Amino acid sequence: MSEKQFSNPAVRWIDHRLPIFSFLNHEANEYPTPKNLNYFWNFGSLAGISLVVMIITGIALSMSYTAHVDYAFESVERIMRDVNHGWLLRYIHMNGASFFFIVVFIHIFRGLYYGSYKAPRELLWILGVVILLLMMATAFMGYVLPWGQMSFWGATVITNLFSAIPGVGEAIVTWLWGGFSVDNPTLNRFFSLHFLLPFVIVGVVVLHLVALHRFGSNNPLGIDTKGPQDTLPFHPYYTIKDFFGLSVFLTFFAAAVFFFPNFMGHPDNYIPANALQTPAHIVPEWYFLPFYAILRAVPDKLGGVLAMFGAIAVLFILPWLDRSPVRSGRFRPIFKIFFWLLLADCVLLGYIGAMPAEGLYVLVGRLATVWYFVHFLVILPVLSVIETPRPLPQSISKPIFTGGGAMAGAAAAPKEKV
Amino acid sequence: MAKSKSTTNATSAPEGQKSRRDFIVVASYAMGAVGAGAFAWPLVDQMNPAADTLALASIEVDVSKISEGQSITLKWRGKPIFIRHRTKSEIAEAAEVATADLRDPEDDGLRVQKPEYLVVLGVCTHLGCVPLGQKVGEVRGEYDGWFCPCHGSHYDSSGRIRKGPAPTNLEVPPYTFLSDQVIRIG
Amino acid sequence: MKKLLCVIAAVLFTSPVFAAGGGGELKHAEWSFDGPLGTFDKAAMQRGFQAYREVCSGCHSLNYIAFRNLADLGYNADEIKAIASEYEVEDGPNDEGEMFMRAAVPADHFPAPYLNENAARAANNGAYPLDLSLIFKARPNGADYLYSLLTSYVEAPSHMNVPEGMYYNAAYSGNMIAMPQPLYGDDIEYADGSDSSADAIAKDLVNFFAWTAEPAMETRKRTGVAVLIFLVLLSGLSYGAMRFIWADVKK
Repeated sequence: MSEKQFSNPAVRWIDHRLPIFSFLNHEANEYPTPKNLNYFWNFGSLAGISLVVMIITGIALSMSYTAHVDYAFESVERIMRDVNHGWLLRYIHMNGASFFFIVVFIHIFRGLYYGSYKAPRELLWILGVVILLLMMATAFMGYVLPWGQMSFWGATVITNLFSAIPGVGEAIVTWLWGGFSVDNPTLNRFFSLHFLLPFVIVGVVVLHLVALHRFGSNNPLGIDTKGPQDTLPFHPYYTIKDFFGLSVFLTFFAAAVFFFPNFMGHPDNYIPANALQTPAHIVPEWYFLPFYAILRAVPDKLGGVLAMFGAIAVLFILPWLDRSPVRSGRFRPIFKIFFWLLLADCVLLGYIGAMPAEGLYVLVGRLATVWYFVHFLVILPVLSVIETPRPLPQSISKPIFTGGGAMAGAAAAPKEKV
Repeated sequence: MAKSKSTTNATSAPEGQKSRRDFIVVASYAMGAVGAGAFAWPLVDQMNPAADTLALASIEVDVSKISEGQSITLKWRGKPIFIRHRTKSEIAEAAEVATADLRDPEDDGLRVQKPEYLVVLGVCTHLGCVPLGQKVGEVRGEYDGWFCPCHGSHYDSSGRIRKGPAPTNLEVPPYTFLSDQVIRIG
Repeated sequence: MKKLLCVIAAVLFTSPVFAAGGGGELKHAEWSFDGPLGTFDKAAMQRGFQAYREVCSGCHSLNYIAFRNLADLGYNADEIKAIASEYEVEDGPNDEGEMFMRAAVPADHFPAPYLNENAARAANNGAYPLDLSLIFKARPNGADYLYSLLTSYVEAPSHMNVPEGMYYNAAYSGNMIAMPQPLYGDDIEYADGSDSSADAIAKDLVNFFAWTAEPAMETRKRTGVAVLIFLVLLSGLSYGAMRFIWADVKK
């Protein structure tokens, strides 16, 4: 990175010794970004901001929270009633988790559609999957902290997953609990880890960004940038676009926080944990529902757990399952259909996850689970071989196609429509 | 927004439009900064005392049980309150002092509501230690009041600083006599 | 790709609806606190508070409410002090090391009718009268649920056998509830001469419990309106700013 000459002498003095200003200038100001990004590229920065909001409100909440089975529920109610603006901070944190996942899911599906996981961005993608895993662990442990009925029974059910591991399962569960059931030691360690993991996520996010800035953003056409005519400096073009996206995102977020704060929660979590009584209908938070459906789809305990973790594991090897040289789904007519089927399948899994495991739901859940794995393990590899992609434009700024000029529309209208 | 559309077509905008463009950009970032600032307030204010903490901020004490020459210590807002039922000689001693010579000149009459009962915050004004002198037999310092063991401040029988590093007299908390026997502090 | 958003929204909006467990049949009523601009009905809350004291508090605690919170119902400091002093709370230990009872002050929370859960069960045929502070938020569709539950003690259908110590309630999941019918109408006499039919008292209680579950609701909604207006304006302004900045980019 070349050292920039800054006009402010103090900045220049610091930058000469510690080139943070050069770094920021290079990575956040001049940083060349494809000029045809659509609004789906806003969700990366939104995810980052969601993480920051969660950390800030979480630190504030931890100042009034008590991680003890006798006081946890009460301390949360004290936050809601007595701590200044405590209700606001808690509702932001509570709904923030949901919105963080909404943003990240859209971010992931954007990557899936536009082939952002393909070379040379495989590690960028894998780091993203690591972030997703860390987020899931963090969200799960955070949900335990209010020590309501759903907290307690969610913790019991999820930690019991590990008992499926042959031989050492029981020992691992006892180790996770620090006792013979979910109890005070469990709550304390979950609080500790719930505080720690977000900072680990920050670390992985930094790596994610380093990997991103190595080759820059992918774009809706999925072709490489060919030079300055294809890119814009990040500032002011994408700073203002991200800022506008943030304003809109916050509008939706605020509507939930202020007017439907408990909509995505569960009423049972306003009942203090009771180790002697399981709620009639226990469901995880909505963002876990598809995974929960996969877990229940397999009639074998170990098999279910493996399938659930497999659903994420398969994402790690995705760059090597989809070998098609064309990134963007726009130029892959068959892939495009299967992409929408996958999305529908995930939504269906989410729906099944919320339903009781009985009757038709079981059958549909199994079919949807099979489809999920078939999509990644069979369809994508086969498509890479048999699909004939549509002609690609020569470059972002020249909507001229390498094989025939049948479809000028694709590049002429970068403002999104699929 | 409709208006802005019409001006954006010009590739080389004239000066007036350019300044309007700068204005709306600066205005939107400024508004964002205001929003961020507004969000910072709840984060800061949540560290202030909560409603339940404030509700406990006053206590009532029956002072009739303190015999002459005795002191009691109470907890108020997490800090000790000293209430001393002063003897005649202690009252006289406190009243005789030439106020002007004191480091923190304050008349004894202004520090008590009833001369028999001295109510002070038992926190040394130097660095916040709790002075000795409440229990019978404890060091009371050279002026028949309290002695702070941390850095050697001496307080007199009116709780005024007489010797040592403390800058001001022991603080008198806000209190009122609800009746002859009952004081409400806070 | 807008479809994607719609689908995500669909998942989001369906899950809690389906997660909410079913049960008995609910009656529906209009509530002042409904909707984004809903507010508490203080008169109804005061009546509901009276009903809680005279009907519910014999068995049900209200652990998360302190007397000082009654200011939200429109009581002034002296009235709150007077109400608090009618209750006794345990304090101590005193100088002899004993716990003792004293009159409550505004900072105290409502004392519970039973010492602990076991005592409560022992006094109620093994059933545990729940704490009512959060009951409104702890049930799906809390307002209609509580209203229906309180007013749906009806004759059991002839084919149903109601065991000893249980009561038939059309709104309760499974229809067998351990709580005897609390309201018969004219259970209490309101100072302001309001309607004291069972239906009216039940509604007053719902108004009261809507508040005990979330005293900050009014503040939340008021703040929300201001925040939303701000954010909508900010969105518009930043959209304009974005259009200006992007105006000279050749597509």
